[in-house]
Amino acid sequence: MRYVDEFRDAEKARALSARIASLCEPGRHYKFMEVCGGHTHTIYKHGLEDYLPETIELVHGPGCPVCVIPMGRVDDSIYIARQPDVLMTSFGDMMRVPGGNGSFFDSNAEGTNIKMVYSPLDSLKIARQNPDQRVVFMAIGFETTAPSTAMTILRAAAEGLENFSVFCNHVTIIPAIKAILDSPDLRLDGFIGPGHVSTVIGCRPYEFITTDYHKPIVVAGFEPLDILQSIYMLMLQLSEGRCEVENQYSRVVPWDGNLVALKAITETMELRPYFEWRGLGFISQSAMQVKEKYARFDAERIFNMPGLRVADPKACQCGEVLKGVLKPWECKVFGTACTPETPIGTCMVSPEGACAAYYNFGRFTRQRVKEATAVATTEASKV
Amino acid sequence: MCLGIPGEIIEILHDKPDLAMVDVSGVRRAINIGLLEDDPPVPGDWILIHVGFALSKIDEGEAKAALEFLEGIGQAYADEIAALLESSID
Ligand code: SF4
Repeated sequence: MRYVDEFRDAEKARALSARIASLCEPGRHYKFMEVCGGHTHTIYKHGLEDYLPETIELVHGPGCPVCVIPMGRVDDSIYIARQPDVLMTSFGDMMRVPGGNGSFFDSNAEGTNIKMVYSPLDSLKIARQNPDQRVVFMAIGFETTAPSTAMTILRAAAEGLENFSVFCNHVTIIPAIKAILDSPDLRLDGFIGPGHVSTVIGCRPYEFITTDYHKPIVVAGFEPLDILQSIYMLMLQLSEGRCEVENQYSRVVPWDGNLVALKAITETMELRPYFEWRGLGFISQSAMQVKEKYARFDAERIFNMPGLRVADPKACQCGEVLKGVLKPWECKVFGTACTPETPIGTCMVSPEGACAAYYNFGRFTRQRVKEATAVATTEASKV
Repeated sequence: MCLGIPGEIIEILHDKPDLAMVDVSGVRRAINIGLLEDDPPVPGDWILIHVGFALSKIDEGEAKAALEFLEGIGQAYADEIAALLESSID
């Protein structure tokens, strides 16, 4: 396993860490949420918490699309997969997610045909090659993947395909951030904003966080140094009494996002009145559905699925983990009954889930924290 | 799925203008570039690929750093590349 200190930019990481430490007000505790699961992964993988003073705490947010899918939607997918002549397709990350009656893998063992695909375009191709099958793509993801689904629907329409549809589970990041900000359980000092979602939506949609909630947000890249730099930018804002949307990842994220992608989404999809998020409950206008105009590609209109609400298992504390209220290791079943091989909750399934990331990399972090903070403070005194 | 993989545009396919041949970690794959239609990439440009689509252009230095980083991520990246290799978009 490699940590930042073996990483090519160890020097820069230490320098950043020292500067961050020098901005900490004595006696103040800071809590920043990284919204995106990709960031959670980087933080644990590279032991970034070792590089932060003990008074800065990172809490993990709801930005893992696999993790927020409620069990009922898994069950609905399996229901669709059981209909005559259906060939269901889905991203590999979904295959092990437990539903009320097992996962896609379990369902395949009982005779359904749920195939993993890399891209919705693979699914479209399968539909072209199998005209006698009804091919359904189970679409999940935030604004990062929604444009791909939208483009695929447009393509299917242009080709006049009649045996392809999408089971749309796309969610939107802004209402989730708002739900977290409105939740009384958590007092945050700022946000590390999602990088790849922002390539699509741009930076403007985050402005309400600064104007209505008076918290800073820095859109960040995925390298360890990106994240450290973003934390430095957040600390700088706080110490200067500013609260703004800043873009640390400007080499990839345009301020206005990707207009072609946004257009494709608005052409094919619209907001649902509400959608259930695992752990966060129902959030209004937080997910997308296929527009009436493309109804013939909408699996929800084609198949009359039960749409049942399934309660999460009692032992599961994914909701608290997704809201940043609990750390993965504080869940009672973490690492015992719930492991990546036998996941009870979704956060243990996707590599971007906080529990999986912590299980794979983070368990060794805490013993190193003290040592690294000592290094950071010594270096800070040299600056 | 959300990681995103950097790749280098090798060739725009003229019979299918929204597709490009892209070099990803030494392997060539067709990638949909329809989302970059406002600022179409040319051979030599680097792009960030999500589930078969180029989502944004990135500068070459950044792309190489990202690739090096992703290769260091291990299993998650290996899985993403393996999934991409299974895919055959057209
Ligand atoms: S350990 Fe398992 S059950 Fe507990 S929060 Fe994490 S994924 Fe959910």
